Amino acid sequence: MSQRLSLSQAFVFLLRRDLLLALRNRAEYAMPLLFFVLVITMFPLALGASPELLARIAPGVIWVAALLAAMLSLDSIFRSDFDDGSLEQILLSPHPVAILVLAKVSAHWLVTGLPLLIVAPLLAEMLGMPVAAQATLLLTILLGTPILSLIGAIGVALTVGLRKGGIILSLLVLPLYVPVLIFAASATENAASGFDPSAQILMLLAFLFLSISLSPWATAAALRMSAS
Amino acid sequence: MRNDRLLFEQLEISLDAGQMLVVEGPNGCGKTSLLRILTGLRMADGGEILWRGEAIDRLAGDYFEQVNYVGHHDGVKHELSCLENLRLARAMGAPSSVDLDDVLEQVNLYAYGETEVGSLSAGQKRRLALARLLATEATLWILDEPFTSLDKASMAMFSSIFERHLQQQGMIVMTSHHDISLPQQALQRLQMGMPS
Amino acid sequence: MFLWFHKLGSPPHFYRIAGKWIPWLGWIFLLLLAAGLYGGLVEAPPDYQQGESYRIIFVHVPAAWMSLFVYVVMAVCGAITIIWHMKLAEVVLISSAPIGASFTFLALVTGSLWGKPMWGTYWVWDARLTSELILLFLYLGIIGLHNAIDDKRTAGRAVAILALVGVVNIPIIHYSVEWWHSLHQGPTVTKLDKPSIHWSMLLPLLLMALAFQVYYVLALFQRCRTELLRRERNHKWVEEL
Repeated sequence: MSQRLSLSQAFVFLLRRDLLLALRNRAEYAMPLLFFVLVITMFPLALGASPELLARIAPGVIWVAALLAAMLSLDSIFRSDFDDGSLEQILLSPHPVAILVLAKVSAHWLVTGLPLLIVAPLLAEMLGMPVAAQATLLLTILLGTPILSLIGAIGVALTVGLRKGGIILSLLVLPLYVPVLIFAASATENAASGFDPSAQILMLLAFLFLSISLSPWATAAALRMSAS
Repeated sequence: MRNDRLLFEQLEISLDAGQMLVVEGPNGCGKTSLLRILTGLRMADGGEILWRGEAIDRLAGDYFEQVNYVGHHDGVKHELSCLENLRLARAMGAPSSVDLDDVLEQVNLYAYGETEVGSLSAGQKRRLALARLLATEATLWILDEPFTSLDKASMAMFSSIFERHLQQQGMIVMTSHHDISLPQQALQRLQMGMPS
Repeated sequence: MFLWFHKLGSPPHFYRIAGKWIPWLGWIFLLLLAAGLYGGLVEAPPDYQQGESYRIIFVHVPAAWMSLFVYVVMAVCGAITIIWHMKLAEVVLISSAPIGASFTFLALVTGSLWGKPMWGTYWVWDARLTSELILLFLYLGIIGLHNAIDDKRTAGRAVAILALVGVVNIPIIHYSVEWWHSLHQGPTVTKLDKPSIHWSMLLPLLLMALAFQVYYVLALFQRCRTELLRRERNHKWVEEL
């Protein structure tokens, strides 16, 4: 019997598999990004295009849109694997499921969170956000979107076996997203007004570490429950 | 218990190397649940599963390494090719020393190595699902209706693969609606049915 | 001691003991409630800042305390469910959820009634009220998830995980909402911190808190018994009742 792969090799393998699958399912992954742009576009239409107003609400609007787009994209983490039986095979792997879950969530973030870094500055500019604040915005997106993927994964894992799972997913996940929203929007607002956002950034960093260390285990437990 | 219905109680099974257990019974009597409990995917409400004398909950990863499960779903990604799927199966478990092309050859899928699984027929997908048994090393094979969608020739092919596995001191637990022609001395049957 | 705990965990045993306690708990609750309300509504002097309208804290504050307490109980049950798979822990968890949600709702309603005379509107984005609102969503999430899963044993495990995830997040959410509120200097309906509270107000408050505690146990026992009957209806001990 050949030795089984080391944990890090298995991690990389699963990560690459998910990236490959995302590549072959491009359309599915483009939707949340389009949604992000659409939602932000709605606000000037609803509130009027006064530059002061738009610049004032820009940090909050962009982050709420990011939250909603993240929610839309969550289903793709486990749905397909659950439906075709691949999830069972992952659960039956000798490797610790929490680490395999981390691989899948990392792939999800790379495909759904990272593209926001490219699109967000354009939208921030359209809303009249000062350039200084845009740098902070990018930093909050870089730190915040992985947290959204990690926490969201717990919610998806709990609901993937349900028929109308998507509906209850938002109820489960949005309350948990509130701290990220508060600190990310506040950091960007501070930067826009010329104040120092480092306290909020540090909080986001702390959340990120907390999520990385705790959420894969919760997600793994929830997956076992859903697949049983 | 499934959905608050008692499926079975006071069940005692024991299996040795080189033996096969066939679980039979009408639909809905809990065969799939029993198999899933044996794999560790599902928790039993009471009692325990022992592998070489140790409870499988405690063995966790070490137990999983020695089990191969093919359930109702094929467990293959439709967007990946046959070879990509098998490579993944190996990465997730304990790889066997057989070359993957040989594995495909043995299940009659050699020509489809680079083909996307989505374009294969149901029978071909099932053969790929079962090919996992050859791509990874596992002592215990737990198979739920493995012959679904397979034609007679394929069934015979896999029957001989099963026989070889038993001869190499492997173990098999399976359910099947089809007749399996296998040496009687290695065979145990478990009849599950509706309670009287 | 451990044996007693084990015995309590068995459904038929719990059913019987809980049944015996319920009438006693009912009387104790009514007594405490009467004492607390009398102390709060009649005995305690009017507040020098807010007059008579502050009296709603005698319901609002204990309700808010209970809303958090019940969630912590649920989280503890969740941990017990995951580690020891105790059936009774699952039942206590899911039976507590609607009670905790009701306390949360009560805290929200009384908080908003309190805000009306002070600020003129029925809702203010006060730190505690906003936290309570999010807590209500957490409760509804647990109830919703449990309802959505057919197999009740699996549902028990699911809400156990959710309760544990929630309990870790509650301090984080509370802290971030406090931060958010202090940034934007919004209106406040909390009152207890300064100046320090007078004994004549504290005593009725504690009595009400105790009354709510007793009510929780009372309602919990009733719900648990119903839930146990529903879950174990195929078992012998239920048929023998």
